[in-house]
Formats: sequence, structure tokens, C-alpha cells
Amino acid sequence: MSVVALASETPSLIDRAQRVAAIAARHADEVDREGRFPYEAVAAMKTEALLGIQVPPSHGGEGASLLDIANICATLGQACAASAMVFAMHHIKASSLVEHGEESAWHSGFMRDTVKHQYLLASATTEGGIGGNLRNSICAIEIDGPICRLTKDATVISYATEADAILITSRANKDAAPGDQVMTAFLRHQYTLEKTNDWDTLGMRGTCSEGFLFKGEAPAEQIFPKPFAEIAAQSMLATSHLLWSGVWYGIAADAVARAQSFVRAAARKAQGQVPPGASHLAEAVNLLQLVKSNLLTGLKTYEDARANPDKLSSMAFAIAMNNVKIASSETILEIIHRALMVCGILGYKNGTPYSLGRHLRDAHSARLMISNDRILGNTATMLLVQKPDLSLLG
Amino acid sequence: MNETIRAILRKLANLPVAVEDLTDDADLYAAGLSSFASVQVMLGIEESFDIEFPDNLLNRKSFASIQAIEATVRQIVKANEAA
Ligand SMILES: Cc1cc2nc3c(=O)[nH]c(=O)nc-3n(C[C@H](O)[C@H](O)[C@H](O)COP(=O)(O)OP(=O)(O)OC[C@H]3O[C@@H](n4cnc5c(N)ncnc54)[C@H](O)[C@@H]3O)c2cc1C
Repeated sequence: MSVVALASETPSLIDRAQRVAAIAARHADEVDREGRFPYEAVAAMKTEALLGIQVPPSHGGEGASLLDIANICATLGQACAASAMVFAMHHIKASSLVEHGEESAWHSGFMRDTVKHQYLLASATTEGGIGGNLRNSICAIEIDGPICRLTKDATVISYATEADAILITSRANKDAAPGDQVMTAFLRHQYTLEKTNDWDTLGMRGTCSEGFLFKGEAPAEQIFPKPFAEIAAQSMLATSHLLWSGVWYGIAADAVARAQSFVRAAARKAQGQVPPGASHLAEAVNLLQLVKSNLLTGLKTYEDARANPDKLSSMAFAIAMNNVKIASSETILEIIHRALMVCGILGYKNGTPYSLGRHLRDAHSARLMISNDRILGNTATMLLVQKPDLSLLG
Repeated sequence: MNETIRAILRKLANLPVAVEDLTDDADLYAAGLSSFASVQVMLGIEESFDIEFPDNLLNRKSFASIQAIEATVRQIVKANEAA
């Protein structure tokens, strides 16, 4: 199956995304400067009904593929990386709901409500004392008859105070091993958040990823029926790496667009001579194509494996997804550096049509968002037994 | 074979519970098997049974319980004998 064949037939998805992107772009500098939530862009996502598109039509959604969603992430990423990342993180949570929620009545209903009310879903995996090792928890959920309760020192929850629900991981019970985890969906009125950390960061300032002491109480049926180990392997790890990469591709693509308009303006002034920065632009375009091919291959690998839980939880698949994340997060920095060499001081300054400061700062989050060191360490372990994929056609 | 697998688990799985207390069908991941330790166990099994896991068996299911490991090893040994 060709990659493009996986994209939705509805042309409206990308039109809708472009309308949101136009709004996001208008506020991007202010969102970044003030480190505030991108209210306008997220309101537009809800108006365009983009938050429920992944849900299958049987549950009221549009059954958008991951490729469609990555394409929207890339479109938004060219306008405002923080808005795009909010969209991506929401859909990573939505993918867990779509892939694993159908077998439970509560989660099926929640899926319908997400479409109907355009709920914004947030994620709390990161925990004090654990960092980005999302396959381990310290906190444990307490099940008391029909009720479950959870307290978690969640050191990073993006847009927690703006979300309609938080999907949160914990150990399955107080005696469970650190890796024996579940995920639970808590609705806004079912938890309190006591702020413990600020989010005054280098970039991605609009995701408002502050730290909180989370305390929730809800009906126990809101715990996902599958162990989190399977949710992580079969939906969350892959969709995170693919949708984040979509956002990052968008950041780099906009940097390339700025560099190209700089070169074209210079060429017009120089009456046809090739401006000195043009070779950096050529290199940046070359690297952008690599990021794009890598991401498209990853999306295709995911779609091919999707129907097959054994493939999804295989080491070969995990390595392929890790590789997408490592390559895109490293390469976008190089691309933006090249673009900066093209635009020079006008790229270095804020407030010019060629400014690249925000792009560069936002892009620096990519390697840290589940540290590349940690991911490479996991891949290295798997390569002790798994043979690398050496074939061309795979 | 069951005892050899249990001995490998004792040595390499780094479980917070005693391997003796695990039934053959107990979920090893729920018992605390980390992904790092599961790779160590795979290496231990490859070494002790002189086999190599083919890619299609390198997934969570093959290592989910002592019973699953036994079935996986038998399947590989049988395939090797047939070849
Ligand atoms: C924009 C943004 C939004 C985010 N939003 C959310 C959110 O909504 N919800 C959420 O739960 N989390 C969120 N996170 C957190 C993210 O998922 C990671 O948990 C976090 O970035 C990792 O934090 P850390 O660097 O402190 O932790 P660690 O993972 O502990 O890493 C710290 C350092 O230790 C080293 N290290 C640690 N372990 C290893 C290892 N095994 N091998 C090699 N080196 C290692 C690495 O060099 C690493 O830089 C967000 C992060 C960002 C950047």
C-alpha cells in the first residue's frame, strides 16, 4: 500500500487544519514570549472539530489515520510549535482510547463524549523520582470496591489546568511491581491539582507543562482494562514518536521556508546572482527531505503493524519507532542551524520575517522529550538479541 | 527444561519475588520483569539451549510466563531439528 493511500479521502481535514494554523501563527510569538496557553488555536481546533477525528465513525468520529493526524501536526508545527504539540499530545492519548478502549463500556462512552464535547486530553506519565522512564511508577492506584483513588507527584503535565481529562499511569495496586502499571482516565471534576513546578523554559513555552500533585477519585471502571505495558507498546510509544516527529518536522519546515524567502529576496536584489547563503539552504532542504522520508516510513511501518498486536509489541517495531524519534529530533536542530546561517543576523533577531529564535528554542525540547540517551540505551539493549533490519524493502 | 528456565530466571530476571513462588502460567511482567531483564533472560536462554530467537518470536508474548518461554524454546528446537 502506498503511503498516500493511507491518508484520508476527506480533503476537509487539511483545510480545517490550515484554518487553525492561520490562527495559531498569529499568536505564536505572544504565546512564546508570555509562556501562555495557546487559547485561540485550541479553541479553533475545537471549532473545527479536530479533537475527535481519530475516533472511529462507529463512535461518532471520523476514523482519521495516524498519517492524517501527523500531517495536521506538521501543518500546525509550521505555525506554532506549542499549539501543534498540544494537538499531538491530545491525539497520543486519544490513540490509547481508540486502540484499547473499545472493549470497555465506560471507555467507549468516553470516546463518544470526546468527539461530542471536543474534550482536550492530557497525559501524566512523568513522576518525581522516575523521570522519563514511563514504564515504571512509584505511585499506586487504590481500589476500594467500586471506587479508585490515586495521588501522584506528576512533575510534568502539559496544559493540565486547561484539559477536560487526564490519562495517568500508576502501579496496578499497592503491592504491584514498579513495571506492573495501569492507566486511568480521570475527568476534570474528579481530581485536584496542586501546583509544584513552574514551566519557565527555553522553548515549547506555550505547552504550560507545569508540575502538580495530582489527587483523583473516580469509579474504578475508568481504569483501562489492558495493562499499561501493552498500551505503551501497542499505541503510546509509536504514536508519541510519530506525532512528535510530525510537529518537529513542521518546525524545521518553517525554518526552511524562512531561509528560502531570505535567499529569494537576496537573489532578486542581486539581479539573478546566487546569494552566498544558498548552499546552506540546499543542505537544509536535503536534511528536511531525510526527516520527511524517515517519518513517512515510520508511519507506514505503524499502519502495516497496526492490525497485528504481536508485531506491535515486537522488538523490531520498537527499534524502528525509536529510530524515527532519534533521527527527527537530532536532524531538525541541524536544519534550523543551517537556516540560521542563511538568514544571518535577521534570523538571530526577534521580530523579523526571518526570525528563527523561537524555532531553535522549541526544537531543543525534542531530544529531551523522553531523553535520547534513554531511548538509545533501550535500543542498545534490544540489539543484544534483535538483529537490525538490513533489507532495503523491509 | 522447566527447571533450567527457572534457574535462568533466578540468575538473570532480577525479580522482586522468589522464582519458586511463581506458577508456570504467572505473568512475569506483572511479577516485575523489566524489559532490560527480559533481554538478559533471552540471552541466558539462547546460551543454555544453544538456540537463536528468530525475529518473529522476539515479542512480549514469548516471554510472558515460564510456560510461554518453554513453548517458545520447544518451537525453536523443533524447527531446528526439522531443518
Ligand atoms: C514540551 C514537553 C512536554 C511534556 N509534556 C509532558 C506531559 O504532558 N506529561 C508527562 O508525563 N510528561 C511530559 N513531558 C516529560 C517527558 O515526557 C519526559 O518525561 C521528560 O522530558 C524527561 O525528563 P528528565 O529529563 O527530567 O528525565 P530523565 O528521563 O530521568 O532524564 C534525565 C537525564 O538522565 C539521563 N538518563 C536517564 N536515564 C537514562 C538511561 N536509562 N540511559 C541513559 N541516560 C539516561 C539522560 O541523559 C537524561 O537527559 C514533557 C516534556 C516536554 C519537553
